[in-house]
Amino acid sequence: MIEENKFATHYRFAFIDEATKREIRRKLLKAIAIPGYQVPYSSPEMPIARGWGTGGLHVTLAIIGPKDIFKIIDQGSDASVNACNLRNFVHTMTGVETTLDTNKATIIQTRHRITEEVLNKNQIFVYQVPQPEPLRSVERYENKTRQMHGEADYAKMWVSLYEQYVRHGDIMLGAGYPVKVNGRYIMAPSPIPRWDIPNLNNSEAIHLFGAGREKRLYAVPPYTKVEPLEFEDVKFHIEDFKGIPCFRTGYKKAFLDELYYDDGSKHYVINDSNFLDKLANKETPIQHENAYLNKLDHEA
Amino acid sequence: MHPLLAIKHLNKTFTMHILQGKIIEALVDVNFEVAQGEIIGLTGKSGSGKSSLMKCIYRTYLSDGGNINYHSNDGIVDLVALNDYEILHLRKTEINYCSQFLSVIPRVTALQVVAQPLLKKGIESVIANEKAMHILNSLGLPEALWSGFPVTFSGGEQQRINVARAIIDPPKLLLIDEPTASLDPTTKDVVIEMLLGLKKQGTTIVCISHDDYTLDHLVNRRIHLEKGIIIN
Amino acid sequence: MKHNSENWLLKVEGLTKIYGTANANSIEKTGPLFDSNICPETNAIVACADINFELFPGEVLGIVGESGSGKSTIVKMLYFDMEHADGTVLFNKAPYIGKNILKESNQSKRAIRNHLMGMVYQNPRDGLNFKFTSGGNIAEKLIMAGNYHVGTIRDKATNLLEKTEVPVLRLDDLPAHFSGGMQQRVQISKAIANHPPLLFLDEVTTGLDVSVQAKVLDLIRELQQELGIAMIVVSHDLSVIRMLTDRTLVMKNGRIVEQGLTDQILQDPQHPYTQLLVSSIL
Repeated sequence: MIEENKFATHYRFAFIDEATKREIRRKLLKAIAIPGYQVPYSSPEMPIARGWGTGGLHVTLAIIGPKDIFKIIDQGSDASVNACNLRNFVHTMTGVETTLDTNKATIIQTRHRITEEVLNKNQIFVYQVPQPEPLRSVERYENKTRQMHGEADYAKMWVSLYEQYVRHGDIMLGAGYPVKVNGRYIMAPSPIPRWDIPNLNNSEAIHLFGAGREKRLYAVPPYTKVEPLEFEDVKFHIEDFKGIPCFRTGYKKAFLDELYYDDGSKHYVINDSNFLDKLANKETPIQHENAYLNKLDHEA
Repeated sequence: MHPLLAIKHLNKTFTMHILQGKIIEALVDVNFEVAQGEIIGLTGKSGSGKSSLMKCIYRTYLSDGGNINYHSNDGIVDLVALNDYEILHLRKTEINYCSQFLSVIPRVTALQVVAQPLLKKGIESVIANEKAMHILNSLGLPEALWSGFPVTFSGGEQQRINVARAIIDPPKLLLIDEPTASLDPTTKDVVIEMLLGLKKQGTTIVCISHDDYTLDHLVNRRIHLEKGIIIN
Repeated sequence: MKHNSENWLLKVEGLTKIYGTANANSIEKTGPLFDSNICPETNAIVACADINFELFPGEVLGIVGESGSGKSTIVKMLYFDMEHADGTVLFNKAPYIGKNILKESNQSKRAIRNHLMGMVYQNPRDGLNFKFTSGGNIAEKLIMAGNYHVGTIRDKATNLLEKTEVPVLRLDDLPAHFSGGMQQRVQISKAIANHPPLLFLDEVTTGLDVSVQAKVLDLIRELQQELGIAMIVVSHDLSVIRMLTDRTLVMKNGRIVEQGLTDQILQDPQHPYTQLLVSSIL
């Protein structure tokens, strides 16, 4: 008779078995040791489908401990369906405290945005990544892209940026702008907007990237140089909202969403839901500082 | 005073492997000397070895035994024994060869063909072209043809370009094959004048000709060949 | 300057490429005397064996032979398009002086390819990326050499296209829309973009219309005179060899059967095979 010992108690802490957790942690250490380098990993099966954040989930579950405080956002919002489902899942699997407050969290999992509020050295930022290979658009063969990374042969990537400039007068990449990490590897920062790119540079937090479907992990350790690819005369720039204020708070220096209200009117509102709430409550969250933000001459 | 060229016991045979190894003797024990500033005329029937002799000197043909001692600017060398690069160097600097027929390179104008030896040396194209125009003018080549492609010219016109190219940059030794063939009498005289002019500048000339008029007015000495052997 | 025999740019010694498993006899039992590249004992294919030659700065060397002669193999190995070559290749350019470049790391090989060599293939699709504009193709080479200024890149690319007589207006056009001759000229622009001391030309006019051939060959001649680049010209067409080269290697079944001054090879060929080749010119 098969004994049902395996399922006698509830799931083990953080769902993933200990051996796999160990493997993921080792791979994460390797990723941190080689900033920007994609480390292949086991990418175990999860109760959610590929393409729905398994990679980010793998990282979170491998590193989370009972004393952690967990936050998760999806396109800046804590309230989206997927964010809620994943938050509930992690809480059920671990029993850890969850929060919406960026400042309070110790692990923040995100889909496609970095928080407006600055990250500190007690925090780990976990990204869900659809396509970890920044060179995929110029080279479709994996063995070739690996060789290109190995030999730092990035000319094709640069030429594709040149071609965009030639065709459109500017580099047209909106989300997931390629960056050079620690002066060595070109990395795909996941489809975050240009607005967020400068906040990877010299951050106090650890940034971990998980691509479950493609089975790759990579990392940007604290205080690491992260530079967007740019030519000497065609430079990187962030989105310019031209001084449009947030409809709910009047703030002018955050990444905005374009929203249509029920009465059909169009308004711009801060995308980061927790940052929005704090400002609406007359709190003063500290925002990331970077040169690009400072260049915007619209007062907050 | 060393002779410019001292040829000793020069032999040349062709082994025609595609004709079952048939052997043709082109030159047999050729000996003669050419002093600096001389103009030598090689005469003989076709097949007598005149062209073979010139080509052996220019090293287009590989000689089979013997020496061709040449008094170059860097001393006396044996053209038979020099390696390819040394030969190429001499060809660039001291020895010119002007074949019987102009070897036509497509899409190069007559003027460019003539100016080429100067351009190769690094002389400004304005100056080079001027000299080329001057020579072509003297040779009576109509200006209208200067920017034409020689492949479309008559034999006589091609020959004038050929000669012009050979003499625009006076070499130390000029090997010239039938310089006046297919030229009308006036142009013949011009060419002969030009070659004598080169001699005055110190060029030594070995030329092949079957034209008595040319031989009488141009050469100091004739060397007659019959079946690869010098007679006289 | 007098010829200095120590001043070679490239020195090739014992260059050998064998496909399959060779044994001790593979090289001895193949070659022009056997009229075969295939080892009778192991079926290994000896693409080329015991190739020795030197190339001097500014020299144009021709390699002529028929299919299977090994001429393209040599160039592919020198340009690192092919792996696992045996032998020694010395390149007299810092920092590779005295080193067998066949044994250098992939990184070094790429650096050599980018900075010190240029290659023009018979098929433009091998040398150009048809997804990039003609300017983008040239930019690739310039970027590899450390140019990250778009304005400068475009100026240099424009210059190169002018040199190769490609209309400058086509800088931002895709080569897929160009004629064969123009594609070749874009390839040439790209190959000389970093002013390499050595350029390989592998059957670059084969397949082009005759008038276009003439134009491309003429361009190559002019560039060679203007820039003084050393070239290795591979062709089965003796008239191309005659037009472009000072010296020639004649190859058959993977071996050099004769080498010498081009005019000597064409007018006084010594080896039976060379005589056959020369007598076959239409």
